[in-house]
Amino acid sequence: MYSNLWLIPFFPLVGSIINGLFGKKIKNEKVIGGIATIAIFLSFLVSCQNFFRLLGDTEKVHQQILGSWMSIGILNVEWGFLLDPLSALMIMVVTGVGSLIHLYSIGYMHGETGFYRFFSYLNLFCFSMLMLVLGNNALVMFIGWEGVGLCSYLLIGYYFEKKSAGDAAKKAFVVNRIGDFGFLCGLFTLFWALGSKGVWTLNFVEISENAHLLQSGGLLVTVVTLCFFLGATGKSAQIPLYTWLPDAMEGPTPVSALIHAATMVTAGIYMIARMNILFAMSPTTMMVIAFVGAATALFAASIGFAQNDIKRVLAYSTVSQLGFMFMAMGVGAFTAGIFHLMTHAFFKACLFLGSGSVIHGMHHAYHHAHLHDDPQDMRNMGGLRKFMPITWITYLLSCLAIAGMPFFAGFFSKDEILWWTFASTRGSYLVWIIGTIAACMTAFYMFRSLYMTFHGEQRTDVRAKDHIPESPWVITLPLIILAGLATIAGFIGIPHAIDVAHVGNGIASFLDPVFGQAQQLHNIGIPEDLAHNVGLEIGLMCMSVVIGLIGIGGAYYMYMKKQELPAKFTGAFPGLHKAVFNKWYIDELYDFLFVNPCKKIGTFLWKGFDVCVVDGVVNGIGWVVKGLASGLRYTQSGFLHNYAMIMVVGVVVIVGYYIFG
Amino acid sequence: MISVYHYMILSAILFAIGSFGVLTRKNMIVIFMCIELMLNSVNLTFIALSRHLGNMDGQIFVFFVMTVAAAEAAVGLALIIAFYRNKESIEVDDFRLLKW
Repeated sequence: MYSNLWLIPFFPLVGSIINGLFGKKIKNEKVIGGIATIAIFLSFLVSCQNFFRLLGDTEKVHQQILGSWMSIGILNVEWGFLLDPLSALMIMVVTGVGSLIHLYSIGYMHGETGFYRFFSYLNLFCFSMLMLVLGNNALVMFIGWEGVGLCSYLLIGYYFEKKSAGDAAKKAFVVNRIGDFGFLCGLFTLFWALGSKGVWTLNFVEISENAHLLQSGGLLVTVVTLCFFLGATGKSAQIPLYTWLPDAMEGPTPVSALIHAATMVTAGIYMIARMNILFAMSPTTMMVIAFVGAATALFAASIGFAQNDIKRVLAYSTVSQLGFMFMAMGVGAFTAGIFHLMTHAFFKACLFLGSGSVIHGMHHAYHHAHLHDDPQDMRNMGGLRKFMPITWITYLLSCLAIAGMPFFAGFFSKDEILWWTFASTRGSYLVWIIGTIAACMTAFYMFRSLYMTFHGEQRTDVRAKDHIPESPWVITLPLIILAGLATIAGFIGIPHAIDVAHVGNGIASFLDPVFGQAQQLHNIGIPEDLAHNVGLEIGLMCMSVVIGLIGIGGAYYMYMKKQELPAKFTGAFPGLHKAVFNKWYIDELYDFLFVNPCKKIGTFLWKGFDVCVVDGVVNGIGWVVKGLASGLRYTQSGFLHNYAMIMVVGVVVIVGYYIFG
Repeated sequence: MISVYHYMILSAILFAIGSFGVLTRKNMIVIFMCIELMLNSVNLTFIALSRHLGNMDGQIFVFFVMTVAAAEAAVGLALIIAFYRNKESIEVDDFRLLKW
C-alpha cells in the first residue's frame, strides 16, 4: 500500500549524483537546475500521494522495510521507512518548500561558478533530510542527521575562496558534531537501557511501545532524554550551541532559506517529537527544554535588535523562533511545536528568499554602477518597495505572520504555544512571560528590518539608485506561493476557543495518533477548568496581539517617525549597544573558554607529543641504524683481495666447525 | 701403488695453490687462471672419489662443473676486455670504485 516511500529520498539522491558527476560537462544552467528541481518535485508528488492516502486511512502508522542493513548478534538494523502523521507532515514541508527553493535558486545562482555543485549539494541535502524524517529506526535517522550536517558544511562553505565562509562552515560542522555526540550518547544509553529489560531495538515504533519498561521520571530516562536534547540543541541552534547558525549566513541565500530556516534546523524539534513518549516520561528534561527554549527565544531576539546585515537579523530571528518551538516541546505542546515548525518554515523561507531577492537586486545595482558597497547592509537600503513591489508585499505578509497578527499563520501557531506555556500541566508562568516578551521583540526587530529595507527614504548610493530591478519570475513565484502559505496555513490549526465555524483543529487531530498516547499517559495537557475557560484564552490571545502591535508600533516610531531616536538611544547606552551589537560577546567567551584551550592542547600535542615523542622514536631508530652502518661500512674497502680473504677465512671457519666442532 | 689418498693430497695441493694465487696476485687473468685451477682440483677429487666408491654421480657432476667453468671463462674474459677498454689496465687494485 505504502510501498513507494523509498522513492521520496531516492529522487533527490539520483538528481544529486547526476549533477555531481556530470554537471561539469552539462554546463547548461537550465538543464542542471531543471534536473535538480524536477527530482525534488517528483519527491513532492510522491509525498503528496502518501500524505493524502494517510489522511484518509484509519491505520496511521506504516512501515516499509527494504531489507536488512546489519545484523550483529542482538542488534538488528533494517533499511526501513516510517510513515505516520508526523513524518508525513515533515516530508510535505521538506519537499514542498524544497521544490520552491530549488526553483528560486535557478534564478538566484545564475552565472555562479560551480552552479552544478550547488544543485548537487542541494539535492543531497534534501535526500539526507528525507532520510532523517522517514527513517524507521534511529540509525537510519542518524544517516540523515549526519548527512544534513555535512551538506550544511558544504553549502555554507560554497564560496570557499572566502576565508570567512570556510571558517563559518568549519564552525557549523564542529558545533554540530558536539550535538551529534550527545545524540549518540543518548542512543547508546537508550539501547542499553531497553536492552537490559529484554528489548534490544532501535526501531522507533518498538521504542514507543516498550518505553513503559523504563521507570517514568527515573534518572535513566532523564539522562537519555538530556543527551538527546543536547543533540537537538546542536542541530536546532539553541543555547549553548546556537553560535554556528548566524555565521552560516555566509552561504548563498537559498541555502539559508532551505537549511537554516525551513528544514535542517527543525531536525532537533522533529527528533524530540519523534521520541515524545520518552521525553514525556521525564518532567525534569521537559522543564530544562522549556527554559532553554525560552532563554534562547529572548536572547536571540535581543541580538536581532542591533544587527545591520539583513540576513543576520533573519538568522537570529530563526534562532529565536526555534526557541519558541522548544518551549512548546518543553511544556508538552508537541502539536503546537510541530505546527509552529510548519508555519515557520513557510514564513521564514519567504523572508529569507525575500532578503535574497533584495540582495540580488542590490548586487545588480552596485555591479551596474561599479560600486563595492555591501549589498546586505540595511543601512544602504530603504525605500525599495518602489523598485521591488512583489518582494515588498511578500516580505510584509511574512512579517505580519511572524509578528503574530490575527489570522496570519504565525498567529495561530505562536498563540497555541503561548497558551500551552500558560495553561499546560507542564507549563510555567515564567516561560510564558519570557515567551510573550520575546514575541514583542520579534515583532519589533522584524518590522525594523522591513522599514529599514523597504520604507523611508532611499539611502543607496546615488549612482546605483535607479538600477535596482525586480527579480525574475523564478524568484518571485516561490515568494508569492510561500507568502500565500504564510498567510493562510494557520487555518489548519484553529484553536477551539475561536472556532466559531466548528471546523475543528485539523492539525491537532491529525497529529493526535503520534502524541496523544504520551500526553494521556503522563497527564500532559490543559487542565479541565482552563480548557473550558474560553474567555481567558481569548483574553490572552488579544493580549499577545496587542503586544505584537506594540512591537510593530515601536519599530514604526523609531525607524519611520523619529529616525534620530535609534542613534540617540545608542548614544545614551553605548555599553549596552556595543554588547548587543557584538552578540553579547558569546563568540569571544566560547573562544576563551573552549576554542583557545583546545587549540593549546592541539599545539601541545603537535609540538610536544608529535614532534618530540612520535617523531623522536622514528628518527631515533634511524639515527641508531645510521650510526651502526657508519662503523660497518669501512669493511667495504674496495680491495678485491680483502673480500676474497674474508671468503676464504669464512669457508675455513665453517669447514673447521664441521670437522672439529 | 697410487691410492685414492694420493689423488686427494694432489687435489688439496692444487686447491691451496689456486686459492693462494687468488689472494695474492693482482693481474686479473692470473687470478682467473687460479680460479680455474681450484675448480679443476675439485674436479679431480670428484673423479677420484667416484672411481673409489664405484658411483658415477661424481663424474656426472664434473661435466656440470666443466660446463659452468666454460661459461664463466666466456663471461669473465669478456668482463676483463671491458675493464681494459675502460682503464687500460687489468690490475684489480685499479678497480675499487665500489667502496664506502
